[in-house]
Amino acid sequence: MLSLDNVSVNYGAIEALTGISLHVDKGEVVTLIGANGAGKTTTLRTITGLLQPRDGKISFEGEDIGGRPTHRLVAKGISMAPEGRGVFANLSVRENLQMGAYLKKDKRAIASEMERVFQMFPRLKERESQKAGTLSGGEQQMLAIGRALMSQPRLLLLDEPSLGLAPLVVHTIFEAIDEIKSKGTTILLVEQNAHAALKHSDRAYVLETGRIVMEGSSKQLAVDPRIKEAYLGE
Amino acid sequence: MDTFVQQLINGLTIGAIYALIALGYTMVYGILRLINFAHGDIYMVGAFVGYFLSFQLGFAAGPSLVGLSVVLVGSMIAAALVGMAIERFAYRPIRKYARMTTLITAIGVSLLIENLFVAKLGAAPRAFPQLLREQSYTLFGNAAISKSQILIFAVSVLLTLLLQWVIFKTKVGTAMRAVSFNLNSAKLMGINTDFIISFTFALGSALAAAAGVLTAQYNPQIDPLMGIITGLKAFVAAVLGGIGNIPGAVLGGLLIGIAETFVVGYGQNVGVPTTFRDAVAFAILILVLLFRPTGLLGSTVQEKV
Ligand SMILES: Nc1ncnc2c1ncn2[C@@H]1O[C@H](COP(=O)(O)OP(=O)(O)O)[C@@H](O)[C@H]1O
Ligand SMILES: [Mg+2]
Repeated sequence: MLSLDNVSVNYGAIEALTGISLHVDKGEVVTLIGANGAGKTTTLRTITGLLQPRDGKISFEGEDIGGRPTHRLVAKGISMAPEGRGVFANLSVRENLQMGAYLKKDKRAIASEMERVFQMFPRLKERESQKAGTLSGGEQQMLAIGRALMSQPRLLLLDEPSLGLAPLVVHTIFEAIDEIKSKGTTILLVEQNAHAALKHSDRAYVLETGRIVMEGSSKQLAVDPRIKEAYLGE
Repeated sequence: MDTFVQQLINGLTIGAIYALIALGYTMVYGILRLINFAHGDIYMVGAFVGYFLSFQLGFAAGPSLVGLSVVLVGSMIAAALVGMAIERFAYRPIRKYARMTTLITAIGVSLLIENLFVAKLGAAPRAFPQLLREQSYTLFGNAAISKSQILIFAVSVLLTLLLQWVIFKTKVGTAMRAVSFNLNSAKLMGINTDFIISFTFALGSALAAAAGVLTAQYNPQIDPLMGIITGLKAFVAAVLGGIGNIPGAVLGGLLIGIAETFVVGYGQNVGVPTTFRDAVAFAILILVLLFRPTGLLGSTVQEKV
C-alpha cells in the first residue's frame, strides 16, 4: 500500500533521514520505533507531503506520490494525527471533526462518521461544543485521532499518540487503535512507547539517527535481546 | 460648535470606514502573520475602480440606487481580484522566508501601486460622482445625519455581519480559522491552504474597496495617495482592537474614528490643536504598544506555538 524506497530528507544542511526504505501492506499495523530525535516525525511528515524528500521514492497504492501537496494526499486516502495533536484549539470539538471531513461532500456520511467517532470516544461527544483548547491532553489526542478518521482514510498515520498521557488514557488510545485496525484501516504507528507499540502492531521498524537498523515481526522484535535492552528497558 | 451627538455621528462615520479596512488587515494578519501594507492602497484602488465604473456605465450622470449598488459591488469584485493577484505574485513566492522579507515586500507593493497610479492618472484629486441624492435629517433637534452617513452605517453593518457569518458559520470560514491557528494541521485536513489564503485576501480587499466607494460618497475627493494615511489609521485600529481579532477590528475602527473627531471638536478646549487630527491614531498606537500590546480584545495568551 505504502512504500518508501531509499528516502533521504534534510533540514537545510542537516540530514535527518538517510536512505530509509519501508513498506506498509494493506490491513497491517506497522510501527516505527526509535529514540527521541531518531527521525520518526520527519518520516511521517515526508509521507504526508509536509516535507519534501531530497532523494528517494515514495509510493502509495502503486502511484509515485513524491512532491504532491498534502491536501491531495488526503484526498487519496492518507490521514495523520500529528505529533503534539495539532488540534485547532480555537475551534469547537465538532468543528475540528468537521474539518477532518473537509473533502467529504455527503452530509449524511459525515454525520454517521462523526457518530462512529463519538462511539469510539464518548468523551468527545460530551464535549462536542467546547473549544478544543479546553480539553485535557488525552481528550485532545482522542480528538486528533477522531479528526483523522473523519476523512475515512485508507492509511492512518499516528505520531506518538500516547506521549505524555496517563496510563489509563494510553490504554484507551491503544484500544482505539485495535478497533480502527479491526475495521480494516491500515495504520503506521510511530511511538517511543515501544512496549505498547510492539504489542499492538504486526510488524515493526527500528529507526536510529535517520537509518532503519532493524525490522521484523513485532512478536519477534519484542523478544529480541537488543530491542529489550535499548527500547524496553529490560 | 457641533453638539456632542453630532461629533459622535461624524466620528462613527469615519470609524465605520476604518473598521471596514481594519478587517482586512486583521484577517490577513490572522492567517499569515503578515502586515499587508498594500491594504490601504486597495482601498484607494476600490475608490478609483468605482470612479471609472461610474463614468463607463453612465451612472455618473445622476444619483441612482442601482448605479450605487452596481458601482459598489463592481469595485468590490475588482479589488478582490487585485488583492488575490498581490497575494499570488508578491507574497506567496516569499512566504517561507523571514518576516522581515515579507514586510519589506509589502511596503514595496504599496509603493508600486501608489506610484503606478500617480504615473497613469496623475496625483491631482478627482471628484467622485455623486451616486446618492444627498439629504440631511435632523436628529434629536440639534444634530444632523446625512444620507451618505446612513449609507456608510448600513453597508458597513451589513458587510460586517456577512463577514461574521462567513467566518463563523460556513465551511470555508471554519477552514480560515483552522488555517490561522495551525497551517500544517489544516493541510492535513485536506484543506487547500493556498486557496484559503487567497480567499482571505479577496474578502479583505472587497471590504476595503467598499470603504473606498463609501468614503467617496461622503467626501468625494479621491487621489492615488488617499490610502496611505487612512490605511495606517485602519492598521492602528486593527492593533488597538487586537490584531487577528475580527470584532476587535470593528471596535478599534470605531474608537479611532471617534477619537479623531473629538480631537477636532474638543481638542482646543484642552490645548490640543485640530491639526493633531492625524496624530491621534499614532498616539493611540504608541499607548497600545506600551500598555496593552495584545489590543483591547486580543487574547492575552499567545495562541500560536
Ligand atoms: N524543523 C527542523 N529543523 C531542523 N532540524 C530538525 C527540525 N525538525 C527536526 N529536526 C531534527 O531532525 C532530527 C529528527 O527529528 P524528528 O523527526 O522530530 O525525530 P523524532 O520524531 O524521532 O523524535 C532531529 O535531530 C531533530 O533535531
Ligand atoms: Mg517525533
